[in-house]
Amino acid sequence: MMPAAARYRVAITGAGPSGFYAAEALLRSGQPVSVDMFERLPVPYGLVRFGVAPDHPKLKQVTKVFDRIAGMPNFRFFGGIEVGEALSIGALRSCYHAVVIATGASVGRSMGVPGERFSGSCQAADFVAWYNGHPEYRHHAFDLSGERAVIIGHGNVALDVARILAKTADELKHTDIAAHALDTLAKSRVRDIYLVGRRGPDQTRFAAKELQEFLELADCDPVAELDGFAMPATDASGDAEAQAALATLRSFTKPVGARPRRCIFLFGLTPVGIAGDDRVQRMLFRRSSGHESAEVAIDCDLVFSSIGRRTAPISGIPYDEARGVHANIGGRITADGAALRGIYVCGWGKRGPQGTIGTNRACSNETVGHVLADLPGLNDPPAHPDSLFGGAASRMPHYVDYPGWERIDAEEIARGMTTGKPREKLVALDEMFAAARGGIAPSAIRQPPSRNGARCGTISR
Amino acid sequence: MPYVVTDLCSGCRYTECVSVCPVECFHLDDQMTYIDPETCIDCGGCVPACPVGAIKPAHQLPPDKRMWIDINRRRAAETPVLTGRLPPLPGADERKRAIPGR
Repeated sequence: MMPAAARYRVAITGAGPSGFYAAEALLRSGQPVSVDMFERLPVPYGLVRFGVAPDHPKLKQVTKVFDRIAGMPNFRFFGGIEVGEALSIGALRSCYHAVVIATGASVGRSMGVPGERFSGSCQAADFVAWYNGHPEYRHHAFDLSGERAVIIGHGNVALDVARILAKTADELKHTDIAAHALDTLAKSRVRDIYLVGRRGPDQTRFAAKELQEFLELADCDPVAELDGFAMPATDASGDAEAQAALATLRSFTKPVGARPRRCIFLFGLTPVGIAGDDRVQRMLFRRSSGHESAEVAIDCDLVFSSIGRRTAPISGIPYDEARGVHANIGGRITADGAALRGIYVCGWGKRGPQGTIGTNRACSNETVGHVLADLPGLNDPPAHPDSLFGGAASRMPHYVDYPGWERIDAEEIARGMTTGKPREKLVALDEMFAAARGGIAPSAIRQPPSRNGARCGTISR
Repeated sequence: MPYVVTDLCSGCRYTECVSVCPVECFHLDDQMTYIDPETCIDCGGCVPACPVGAIKPAHQLPPDKRMWIDINRRRAAETPVLTGRLPPLPGADERKRAIPGR
């Protein structure tokens, strides 16, 4: 399988955007490089599949680019194989000239306030993974029987969570939202959704474009409480995106309409605790702007923390505690400031959780520039990747290659056609593996593998 | 709602946009870049990347800039895709400084 022409072998762990862009940069370099991509789940695309909101189908069309990269010569995909205990980074390094870590930032930051462990308090990222059908989150239970939810944090993940809570089942039913989430959301009694941030309305991390979607909701009015905040005139030296977001927030101050749900944007409030009796009853804040400090409480049933993520440390890889990423300089993993040989990082594990999908292209290009510069000076690895798959067959009973993923893809699209969705995601690992083998019988309709999830469905807007 | 490169790019062509585009939807000629509306996925990542603020969502264009929607579509069909950054055009930095409000 490994073409003889490839002088250098590179392993990439993680099949999200940064991993794919790293693969592309390596395979386009003109150097004799082969790439093996290892992904914990049987399906590729990382946060494009499990992070991007179901009502943003156009963004997901970026997967066409990833499919094109996967079709380049000298690329292999190993889905369903976790690099960790059974297959260590060290084992990979013994088989590849270079290893690029592209596994992102999987750990939600905690608020560090009393009551955070109460039932009803959760990570926004877990809710996102749940409604997007991540196999490890499908059994999470989100109790939407209360009327008030509080989301802590003023970034785009907070907007996604608020919007999904604010939308009606009719607004979501033709998206690729997981069936279990659509069922739960259809019965939701949540009416008031608070989006609360520490800083002022001119300092949010919201994308203006995503804020504007709140003006188009069928059943929800957005309200921004801007009283008491100095409204700086547009300042050319400031962050243009934050200025555009502020302009949109100002349009949320018009008289509230008569829709049954509200999204209420609050500013200058620092979380200090959650009150309740093992169950969330009230979110407590300190008003942090101005000279006076005041306590503010919001009665609520649910709290979603959306204050950022950090990278999970990997055994044997130096970690930068201050930044919450693998210790690196420009993508070269470093120990005490000195680059280690043959081990690299790209994406959120390198620069932290920020940027748009395309930010990863520039990020991965930088990392791969270092890989390519280093490759001629790296020793040939003592072992061959075939020893991983042949020798460790007992540890790795099966993996999903790209044609296997295309069979999963076809199965999901076929199931979606019966429910008017662009796809019905498989959410159980055993179903994914079965579909990859071509072993799922129930749906008789087989479409050729589609690269565009939105092709056969109705686009939500 | 595709994004559109406007005439502010013309004569600068910094091509910062290209390095952050996830789908390689930028084309170019001697003067400026253009967005292929069929390929653009509306991520908006190029907007803050542009040093001169030349890129706007189509729906936010003032009336006197609307023709750039058609110009982007037409020129993207006529010109090659740009897959990596290029040096800016000569004089780009001076021109950028001269743009009002920047």
